[in-house]
Amino acid sequence: MVDQSAIGRSFTPVTAHVEPGRLRYFCETIGERSPIYRDAHAARAEGYSAIPVPPTYLFCLEMMDAENPFEFLTELDIDLARVLHGEQGFTYHVPAVVGDTLTFRSRVTDVTDKKGGAMTLIAVVTEVTRQDGVHLADMTRTIVVRNPKAAST
Amino acid sequence: MTQASGRSVGDRVVHKAFAPITRHTLALYCGASGDHNPIHVDLDFAKKAGFPDVFTHGMLVMAYLGHALTDAVRPKDIRAFSTRFAAITQLGARLTCEGHVTEFIDHNGEPCMKIALVAKDDAGEAKLLGEAIVAR
Repeated sequence: MVDQSAIGRSFTPVTAHVEPGRLRYFCETIGERSPIYRDAHAARAEGYSAIPVPPTYLFCLEMMDAENPFEFLTELDIDLARVLHGEQGFTYHVPAVVGDTLTFRSRVTDVTDKKGGAMTLIAVVTEVTRQDGVHLADMTRTIVVRNPKAAST
Repeated sequence: MTQASGRSVGDRVVHKAFAPITRHTLALYCGASGDHNPIHVDLDFAKKAGFPDVFTHGMLVMAYLGHALTDAVRPKDIRAFSTRFAAITQLGARLTCEGHVTEFIDHNGEPCMKIALVAKDDAGEAKLLGEAIVAR
């Protein structure tokens, strides 16, 4: 079971490229048809340098380009089948746009037991920076681990 | 109180309904998001993990909520967007996303509004509860 000793653990940074084709596929999947997410001219008219990404897409970029998208689970010895997503947050500083190369650096900031150890909540913060070093955004997530019941005799 | 943006506390500014979630939607989102957790697409895996069926990625529902939000406000005005995943979203769910202005605030020196967000299924059960901070 994960305990407080995991706090402060960081994981392999992930570098991801914002590619137009993959972004278009994401927009298709969620039914996003706004011109600013599809047409570079419409995006420029709104003041972007290129097509921006929708609000949750940073989370996807990190998973798509990670060599092991579930690294923090394997590193902390957590079974994927026991994991639920508890909370997710984004703070945006500068828009991410097509053509950007982004780096994601994640670390564990908190570990809390709930319901007498039946669940463990793990908080992970991810800093997102652009190829020129600009701090673009931060992501926070809470993962819920459903712990196996202690064996009873 | 009405602000320069023409919006008042209590106004429903976000409202969008989505098509029912199918297995096909989940398969597409698996590829589109890079979240290849089999629990969302592989019935055998989901059953082994103790679930009656595959279920929706929480982040797909958050993507819908974000889509409803960017339909209502300028994407470049969104400063923060967060959600709590309150309940599992089952296959077939018809989601409606709504948002109400709750407060006008100063956010890092910039006038902003807070919008309380919810994604509900057709039975009215809240699946995601969220909040956005949007410049005005």
